Amino acid sequence: RVGHDLAPEQQATNRNSVLKIINCEIRFLTGYICRSFTRSSALLTRTHINYGVRGDVAVIRINSPNSKVNTLSQELHSEFMEVMNEVWSSSQIRSAVLISTKPGCFIAGADLNMLNSCTTSQEVTQISQEAQKMFEKLEKSTKPVVAAINGSCLGGGLELAISCQYRIATKDKKTVLGSPEVLLGILPGAGATQRLPKMVGIPAAFDMMLTGRGIRADRAKKMGLVDQLVEPLGPGVKPPEERTIEYLEEVAITFAKGLADKKITPKRDKGLVEKLTSYALSIPFVRQQIYKKVEEKVRKQTKGLYPAPLKIIDVSLYPILQHLSCFFPLSRTFGELAMTKESKALMGLYRGQTQCKKNKFGAPQKEVKQLAVLGAGLMGAGIAQVSVDKGLQTILKDTTLPALGRGQQQVFKGLNDKVKKKTLTSFERDAMFSNLIGQLDYRGFEKADMVIEAVFEDLNLKHRVLKEAEAVIPDHCVFASNTSALPIGEIATVSKRPEKVIGMHYFSPVDKMQLLEIITTEKTSKDTTASAVDVGLRQGKVIIVVKDGPGFYTTRCLTPMMSEVIRILQEGVGPKKLDSLTTSFGFPVGAATLVDEVGVDVAKHVAENLGKEFGERFAGGSLEMLQQMISKGFLGRKSGKGFYIYQEGVKNKNLNSDMDSILASLKMPSQPDVSSDEDIQYRLVTRFVNEAILCLQEGVLATPTEGDIGAVFGLGFPPCLGGPFHFVDLYGAQKIVDRLRKYEAAYGKQFTPCQLLVDHANNPNKKFYQ
Amino acid sequence: MNQNFRMISLLTYTLKNLPNTSKWALRFCMRPLSSSSQLQAAAASQTKSKKTLAKPNIRNIVVVDGVRTPFLLSGTSYKDLMPHDLARAALSGLLHRTSVPKDVVDYIIFGTVIQEVKTSNVAREAALGAGFSDKTPAHTVTMACISSNQAMTTAVGLIASGQCDVVVAGGVELMSDIPIRHSRKMRKMMLDLNKAKTLAQRLSIISKFRLNFLSPELPAVSEFSTSETMGHSADRLAAAFAISREEQDEYALRSHSLAKKAQDEGLLSDVVPFKVPGRDTVTQDNGIRPSSLDQMAKLKPAFIKPYGTVTAANSSFLTDGASAVLIMAEEKALAMGYKPKAYLRDFMYVSQDPKDQLLLGPTYATPKVLEKAGLTMNDIDVFEFHEAFSGQILANLKAMDSDWFAQNYMGRKAKVGLPPLEKFNNWGGSLSLGHPFGATGCRLVMAAANRLRKEGGQYGLVAACAAGGQGHAMIVEAYPK
Repeated sequence: RVGHDLAPEQQATNRNSVLKIINCEIRFLTGYICRSFTRSSALLTRTHINYGVRGDVAVIRINSPNSKVNTLSQELHSEFMEVMNEVWSSSQIRSAVLISTKPGCFIAGADLNMLNSCTTSQEVTQISQEAQKMFEKLEKSTKPVVAAINGSCLGGGLELAISCQYRIATKDKKTVLGSPEVLLGILPGAGATQRLPKMVGIPAAFDMMLTGRGIRADRAKKMGLVDQLVEPLGPGVKPPEERTIEYLEEVAITFAKGLADKKITPKRDKGLVEKLTSYALSIPFVRQQIYKKVEEKVRKQTKGLYPAPLKIIDVSLYPILQHLSCFFPLSRTFGELAMTKESKALMGLYRGQTQCKKNKFGAPQKEVKQLAVLGAGLMGAGIAQVSVDKGLQTILKDTTLPALGRGQQQVFKGLNDKVKKKTLTSFERDAMFSNLIGQLDYRGFEKADMVIEAVFEDLNLKHRVLKEAEAVIPDHCVFASNTSALPIGEIATVSKRPEKVIGMHYFSPVDKMQLLEIITTEKTSKDTTASAVDVGLRQGKVIIVVKDGPGFYTTRCLTPMMSEVIRILQEGVGPKKLDSLTTSFGFPVGAATLVDEVGVDVAKHVAENLGKEFGERFAGGSLEMLQQMISKGFLGRKSGKGFYIYQEGVKNKNLNSDMDSILASLKMPSQPDVSSDEDIQYRLVTRFVNEAILCLQEGVLATPTEGDIGAVFGLGFPPCLGGPFHFVDLYGAQKIVDRLRKYEAAYGKQFTPCQLLVDHANNPNKKFYQ
Repeated sequence: MNQNFRMISLLTYTLKNLPNTSKWALRFCMRPLSSSSQLQAAAASQTKSKKTLAKPNIRNIVVVDGVRTPFLLSGTSYKDLMPHDLARAALSGLLHRTSVPKDVVDYIIFGTVIQEVKTSNVAREAALGAGFSDKTPAHTVTMACISSNQAMTTAVGLIASGQCDVVVAGGVELMSDIPIRHSRKMRKMMLDLNKAKTLAQRLSIISKFRLNFLSPELPAVSEFSTSETMGHSADRLAAAFAISREEQDEYALRSHSLAKKAQDEGLLSDVVPFKVPGRDTVTQDNGIRPSSLDQMAKLKPAFIKPYGTVTAANSSFLTDGASAVLIMAEEKALAMGYKPKAYLRDFMYVSQDPKDQLLLGPTYATPKVLEKAGLTMNDIDVFEFHEAFSGQILANLKAMDSDWFAQNYMGRKAKVGLPPLEKFNNWGGSLSLGHPFGATGCRLVMAAANRLRKEGGQYGLVAACAAGGQGHAMIVEAYPK
């Protein structure tokens, strides 16, 4: 459809509407049709972009059909090129505005499906080159183009925007500019590596490209990433979102005119510090040094496991695009990165994360409006915090005033930290905090739609609070148990209505960890599950839904690995060495530190329980080590001592020398042929992976996606490997089975590969992800 | 002929209503006889939905009269005064104008926004200075730009409930001086120093002093809840309703031109001269400055830069001023021999989203107060709306004229309807006369009352928006002459 948006002047002069349309069609199209009439059919069926002319300003509106977001697909790309060619060739048009009419999204980035459908790096290289050519033409446009940005402007979207002559963004929370390519294991392939440093300076550009961090509009203005801000509007005679986009367009048009008339210059005044920095960076030696420093830092942080950040630094060194020869090396690197295992793993995680942010159980019959949390400990208060800040009315109940006060303070602090970071105003904090009601009794529970208990991990206590709660809550109310290991079915045995009982396993710290593991028993109703998923999604969680069983999915995978951790320590590998082996494999937290963080007592409790259930497969190290640690009060971070010593304000933690005697007393001989650094890493990881696949085999997991998301977001499984299932697909099932067999020979049943894994090894065509 | 017909129907109406409201009806039927011009006015009211807003078993409450000091641009002749000085001038003016015996006044209420900390109950300080009896209690209220509206309606409440018969209500604002405080850190240090007993303690407190303690703290110009200044919000509001800069400038010019005309014709009779100590006597408002659209177009946006539409010329300016009205139970006023100016009838307070609808109070309050009173927009002869910004007035007018807005935000089936501009703020408004926050409400009521007398007509509608996303509307009914 050809977009017709006639200037008011034209409307006024042309009374006959039919004539008007015809006239304009002719005026707009003659030039174009004469030039290439063979393509006019494509013009008439344009679906992603429509454009009209206001005075002498072309307004180009992007709105991809049947999608919540605009992505830089091949169709959008070619339509945009078409339209721009018309703009450039029209004598009537002197400037242009580029805007999205989709609420909350400018362009969210390149079309990932397009990238994923490429089977060779050449294809990806080709895409990157095309985009670069287009953006370069755009950058050199003699008719100024204003990017009017409302909503997410990411990846290729940002690259498009920074190729324009001017940027205006709405000062809305939804307006975020960023280069998240690095999070997908690729690099900005269409010029951001060259244009961003020029625009915002090298330090800020690297920060954006290496962290993938999204920049909010007001900060983008300060950085020089956008030139003007437009305030979001409230209601007028149209819905606010609609009018805000219209207003943004109006403002952008005035700036486009101003730029064409040279009344406005796109250059911005730089501050003294900025000038000095850019001067310093213009000295090649200084620049080299900085690049070197950045590279060192990146190498240290990524442990060489992620190729993309280093490549980003590499290609940023290419001269600023001046001639076509620069395209190739950059695009080739882009193409190569897109084919790496790391990129495939990260893209898989991205897709998985998107899937786990949907409620596949449908909308619950009754939306939870009143939540109640039992227990104001670390978990309970954390759950309350992520609920009240989304506007959910929440009762936080504990049994003593000091315990309750501590929990309330935790919630307040969590919110107040956001005020300090300026992501919340103090007023918003107060309004959120008033959603929280702290109390010591069950008053108000008769109106609760969901109760989440987060009391101590003790079955009798859980039984007691369930019975107490059920005495007061209404029939429809869901009772959810936050536990990391106690089977939900056992908790539900004392329930009058087990169909309303469900597990909601949050991860600590609740406000930081994205994962929520929801556990259903055979009796849990579908609506109860739908309700729990709905609440979890509103709390901003990524959700996996698993079947009930000892340790569910996450704890069950972690436990055999922890058992191996203890064995490795007993075999004489020190905690520091073990930590460095695990982090260099890609785990964000070292294995020994993880035990300290989880809490030694908790680890022992879980290990014992699951050990009873699963027997020899979960054996390995001796629980005696944990027992001795507990008896000495080395409970990990919470008690100040574990494998390490924790002190307030001390950054580099020291080994707890009192552990030496414990480690010495439990020392076991190591087996040299399975004790190389690499073997130690694989002993840990293969036990984890094998158990994860067994969970899928047994039906605890419904999909490999949930297995990967749970492992990465809940347990810190190396993201560069994409989770246990991606790992098997990308690394090869046979290789993993071989490893397992080798360790099985040394240690026995704990390493016996499960049937599903063996099946995959036997049939190389079998993949978890097709 | 026509007049005769009206006379007859008037009389029949009177007779029908005779039993329950005999006193009122008698006066009413006497009115047309007194003069032919009055007859016209009464005749006009013939088409009204309701003859009067008097309610059975509720006292009629009247404004005997009201005055205000001239409203001056801040930093001009009033700049050395304190707020209670201005308030006292209004009170003295009221005493002089009405000759009300001081000891008859049962109560005094003043509205103010930016409080002088030395005179936080400015009503009491001003009343004592103005020579009111020290036996007359006084309190101060605050409700942003509708503070004196609140003072008046509080008075209405006191009289209607039988607690008082005579109340003085007013408002004051002195923007020439505002309380600028020490920083919280500095204040804390000073307070701690006060408590310290030994030299060592004092020294240890002083040692914590940092230079940044000296940075002062200004009273907030922005909404506390949203941190947005009102001008910024007004600019966004104007944009939301797609109101152009030209429309805003035109409206502002209208306000200034009408104010100038009213001033020149001596219609602003509520103004009382004020001899400022050490300065000349101030006799009239000094912010009225009709300009040209060309001149106004040259100004740069004041809040949303560089492309906003709200400028200094189409906004109300910082103003010093005070106002006061004498409110009585009708029977008391008549017993004292007064000829009141107007009845204060139904009123309504509303509040809404302080971010995006900060200044839409009049839109929400108008239909509610009309419905409460049983009137329609057509019944209103005189509209007096507070003009915070041109953009705000025009946004309210557009909102009232929009079915979409009424349906989606006000829960109404159809739009409120547009007040006819020829009845709207005919003697200027806050844009031109000035807007001393706490004093504007009384000015609006007196403007409505005086216009009803001058222009003829029975019902006036007063409406205003206020910070915090609040609003107010009140029906003023002309007192029969």
